[in-house]
Amino acid sequence: MGYTLNFNLIWRNFDKLWGGLLLSLELAVISIAIGIVIGLLLAVWYVSAGRVVRTVIAGYVEFIRNVPLILLVYLVFYGLPTVIDVAYSAQTSFVATLSLYSGAYLVEVFRSGLEAVPRGQIDAGKAIGLTPWQRLLHVRLPTMLRITLPALSNTFISLFKDTSVASVISVPELTYGAQWINFNTFRIVEVYLVVTAMYLFTGYALLYALRLVERRFRVAH
Amino acid sequence: MLGQIAYALPFLAQGFAVTLWVSLLVVALSLVAGVMMGVGLVYGPAPLRWVVRIFSDTIRGIPILVLIFFVYYGLPAVGIHLESFWAAVLALTLFKTAQVIEYLRGAVGSIPKGQSEASMAIGLTFRQRLAYVIFPQAFRRFLPPWINGVTDAVKGSALVSLLGITDLMHAINQVIGRTYEAMPLYILGAVIYFAVNYALSLASRRLERRFSFIRE
Amino acid sequence: MSTHANPALLDVSEVSKSFGSVEVLRSVSLQVTRGEVVTVIGPSGSGKTTLLRCVNFLESYDSGSIRIDGKEVGFRETGTRQRRSERDLAAMRAETGMVFQSFNLFPHLTAAGNIMLGLRKVRGKSSAEARQIAEHWLGRVGLAHKADSLPAELSGGQQQRVGIARAVAMEPKILLLDEITSALDPELVGEVLEVVRSLAEDGMTMVMVTHEMAFARDASSRIVFMADGGVSAAGPPAEILGAEIDNERLRSFLARFRASHF
Repeated sequence: MGYTLNFNLIWRNFDKLWGGLLLSLELAVISIAIGIVIGLLLAVWYVSAGRVVRTVIAGYVEFIRNVPLILLVYLVFYGLPTVIDVAYSAQTSFVATLSLYSGAYLVEVFRSGLEAVPRGQIDAGKAIGLTPWQRLLHVRLPTMLRITLPALSNTFISLFKDTSVASVISVPELTYGAQWINFNTFRIVEVYLVVTAMYLFTGYALLYALRLVERRFRVAH
Repeated sequence: MLGQIAYALPFLAQGFAVTLWVSLLVVALSLVAGVMMGVGLVYGPAPLRWVVRIFSDTIRGIPILVLIFFVYYGLPAVGIHLESFWAAVLALTLFKTAQVIEYLRGAVGSIPKGQSEASMAIGLTFRQRLAYVIFPQAFRRFLPPWINGVTDAVKGSALVSLLGITDLMHAINQVIGRTYEAMPLYILGAVIYFAVNYALSLASRRLERRFSFIRE
Repeated sequence: MSTHANPALLDVSEVSKSFGSVEVLRSVSLQVTRGEVVTVIGPSGSGKTTLLRCVNFLESYDSGSIRIDGKEVGFRETGTRQRRSERDLAAMRAETGMVFQSFNLFPHLTAAGNIMLGLRKVRGKSSAEARQIAEHWLGRVGLAHKADSLPAELSGGQQQRVGIARAVAMEPKILLLDEITSALDPELVGEVLEVVRSLAEDGMTMVMVTHEMAFARDASSRIVFMADGGVSAAGPPAEILGAEIDNERLRSFLARFRASHF
């Protein structure tokens, strides 16, 4: 194998990767924020709703979970504008897709979290005279969030990795940056080594940080 | 519009066959590799455990897409020439192998240590212990998540379209390129992927429920 | 080999073992001759169970030697303390039977299946032959009618009797019993001890760790008292459990023991 590693061209174009990494993180953060809202609303609605609503929510969750993300990305970016009158940038389109995507996973997370809140806590809430709304807001949701925090962290880390799919509609995130350098410098092995390291380092640093946050909250549990 | 799509159906069916073929290869190869590496992770000597741990954490720490590009563009650069089909299968297999390693570790790890000890005490060798005591018990914990995880291989296989392999995803895009009927075709594609994966996850859930009746 | 010069079936000689900085066995020596029933007693953490687990090499030890019928258990006879091969270890372990505190029955196999596994895969017996032996031993422990039950369908006492049958069906040279009644409800202890007693009457060589003092007194030929990883006293039951024993640690152990168990 006559391949010698040469990272010079990577460093010269490193702004593509650095900017890409920041954009990946931004996409993941915005998407999970919207996804949390979707997930919370639908989970709370689900546990208190009748059959029809439950079926619809379950349908949304199952649909998203069983279709490849790349297809959803194409569908929203190339498909939707052909049938409804919307115009959006690739980036907006991707954020919309990833939000719906994470929302579906988080409905599941929050729903099982709500069901895991001990019965006794709800009874205690009733006993001190809280209304159903107050019980939800002050008893069930805080406990549920604590229970679901680890799953939330994991969802965020995998969303961060999923942002790489945005490259297929030319959103200049990290994987797109890698492909750009790949095609323009042909330092293929180097750029993917660097990008692998960047994904790994960022992912595990995030995981570590989130575990610290979880531990803080667990003490109060 | 419907006529155009009907006309494209055989072509889509071919793409779907490729999707299934890629998924099947990946699932089969990763099962063998993952079980062997998983056994290495649980029972192997320290250096082997580290190698498997680093392999699994690295693979699971990067996007599948990066893995696919790395294998597809990277291997030729170091003198290894694989057809794009096999490069894709290799990359997806690496990804899936890391999952299988973790399923196996979880399943085997859930079996009490006393089971190993009791089988040692009657004189079973390592292979016999795995074959007659550990694996039969680990199987029911391994199977549901593994079948559910097959959906990841099917979904992941859609990324091979980016290497120009005419799987279902690529076939859909090609038909759209000719007919400009984007939305119906994407929905058709989504329905097909959904049907396959939903059936798999139903099977997984059913197995899980069936096994949950077996007491320890 | 001068095995005839040493009549001990089990010869534990100056065995020491540490877990990290904790010394769990300090130069323990113990000889057991054929047909003897030796009971090991002592406070928790005294190394009883570890000693038992060293005898069939579920635990390795740092120095000393353990021989069964003159053959070193875990290490090759080269004197280099090189572990035996996996195959050799398995063969050695098949010569000792072990019954566990937590039964450790294989939950996916029936009572008969538990007993047959070793007979078929280690002893190389046919399925039919193994089944016959399994049924014989299940009969001996009073569970002939439970041959096709899964462990989950058996009571704790029944499970432990299957555990004993599984061990003795292999025709081991020596049977190791590790607190086999500790996990049982009090009313189930008797049926298990009854089985052990009948094996002792048959001349089975046994080493058992137990807290059942009355049983130890009646069934053992010798009692070994361990404390702090070493053998502190050893002798016939009447002597060890007797009032005039001159061993302060043993006396306080027995006093505390009686206070908490009677």
